[in-house]
Amino acid sequence: MRELVILSGKGGTGKTSITAAFASLAENMVMCDADVDAADLHLILNPDFNKTSDFKGGNEAVINKDKCTECGKCIEVCRFDAISDTFKVDPVECEGCGICFDLCPEEAIDFPEVICGQWHISNTRFGPMVHARLGIAQENSGKLVSLVRQEAKKIALKQDLDLILTDGPPGIGCPVIASIGQATAILIVAEPTVTGLHDMERVGELSRHFNVPAMVLINKFDLNFDQTKKIEELAQEKSIKVVGKIPFDETFTHAMIQAKTIFEYSKNSQASIDIKKIWNTIIAMPEFNTPAANNIFIPNA
Amino acid sequence: MIISIASGKGGTGKTTVSTNLALSIDQEVQLLDCDVEEPNAHLFLNPIIEKNEPVLAPVPQIDLEKCTFCKKCMDICRFGAIAVLKKDVLIFENLCHSCGGCFEICPEDAIIEKARSLGEIEHGKTGDISFIHGRLDIGQVMVPPIIKKVRSYSDPDAVTIIDAPPGTSCPVIAAMSKADFILLVTEPTPFGLHDLKLAVETVKILDIPHGLVINRAGLGNDDVKSYAQKEGIPILMEIPFDKKIAQIYSKGEMIVDRLPEYKKKFHILFEKIRQLVEAKGV
Repeated sequence: MRELVILSGKGGTGKTSITAAFASLAENMVMCDADVDAADLHLILNPDFNKTSDFKGGNEAVINKDKCTECGKCIEVCRFDAISDTFKVDPVECEGCGICFDLCPEEAIDFPEVICGQWHISNTRFGPMVHARLGIAQENSGKLVSLVRQEAKKIALKQDLDLILTDGPPGIGCPVIASIGQATAILIVAEPTVTGLHDMERVGELSRHFNVPAMVLINKFDLNFDQTKKIEELAQEKSIKVVGKIPFDETFTHAMIQAKTIFEYSKNSQASIDIKKIWNTIIAMPEFNTPAANNIFIPNA
Repeated sequence: MIISIASGKGGTGKTTVSTNLALSIDQEVQLLDCDVEEPNAHLFLNPIIEKNEPVLAPVPQIDLEKCTFCKKCMDICRFGAIAVLKKDVLIFENLCHSCGGCFEICPEDAIIEKARSLGEIEHGKTGDISFIHGRLDIGQVMVPPIIKKVRSYSDPDAVTIIDAPPGTSCPVIAAMSKADFILLVTEPTPFGLHDLKLAVETVKILDIPHGLVINRAGLGNDDVKSYAQKEGIPILMEIPFDKKIAQIYSKGEMIVDRLPEYKKKFHILFEKIRQLVEAKGV
């Protein structure tokens, strides 16, 4: 079993549109939307939300006014400034460390588990999909990302699927790190802008740090040929393989408006032709045919 | 006045709006780039960096001479950062949230706190604009402490513009909370609209006045506009979908420099924000 994680560092470079396009090309696979903060893949894949479960991501302190003697111990020990002078816990600031609950001399603090979001197992026209929705202003997005990836793996094992296609979150922090552990390879979708180049470099460093092989796809390459060249040079310097380039194409937006992949909307567009070629390149890459480091599953592809 | 520029979806134009707005205000301006995972504003403003400093967080260090292996530290840690063995204690620094629970609970005073680096902060200047950004170290996950540290330099006498990260979870909250105004930037596409709705929910939880910039107007459809009208969110500016603007951006250049008519447009945007903030203050 192999898992390809689509990342970019910078947001808005085309991760989700390209993941959806791959979904219409790949066979025998399960999809996973690991952008639990602002998931968009479902807008194209129209999943049926077959099974929904709560995500209990952590606990939150609540002060019981009847028992509280306002001694101030909780305010003193809280390093997140989450408890006000009037002994109210601000749920947005509360980190869920629970030390106020442990150290309150009056046992006046409760520490209930909170529901931080929902996750879903769905059917789509391209196969099964695992996706989630982190509650607004919630913590622990990394934990939820790990959970959806774990569930996608379970489905792949149970249904004997040999590919997990994961749409990753932007950035390089907690949810991104949670989305790449034990993955077979990362595909960075870069755009030829000064920011796209800068952000791709940081994702490249992250992939090296965690020892997951990376490849790069240059989207909207004709927007700025100088920057495209710089991405190619940087990729070469960092031993990241460029798997292909796609021109700037408004067809992606037209397809998105009709909730279609670019192949369903216009299979003869230049972008469609390029993506098909790129997909064939990716699945033949040695990086994508080597078992992942520490991968506990035996690849059967 | 603190204006936080946010979006939900990435790549909608937060940095474009933040930097061009900063260059179009005739008073003291401070730009704080709080997208510390992928800070980009410096690529447009090219600030001269005058000072940098690490962002440190305390992590426990065990004095094995004093430790009795009672496991109280392991039990209080809800992040799984401490494992007490028979004759040793393992600390997983990357899992530590620096809550200080182990340090408080240890009955033997066997825990001291040492500092580890989460990232760094750079201070600089671009013309008259004072510039500060944070940068997360590769492989680190603790983003909010870096954002909070960047924001601790907010100058109450200046107009502070915050370039926020995408999303709706803890880093975004750290970049938006206690702002006087949140300027949401979106694009008129289904993804843009979907993520805008999430951003609006976030803003409502924080109860901060807000308005909208539609970037790449003309691309996509009118659903974002209808949504904003229905929700009563003022549309303060539209930046057209124009390959010329995309190319200016791609080179790291400023719209207000290359298309000078935009200086006035961004100035009007600022005046509209100021009026909305003042109206709320009354």
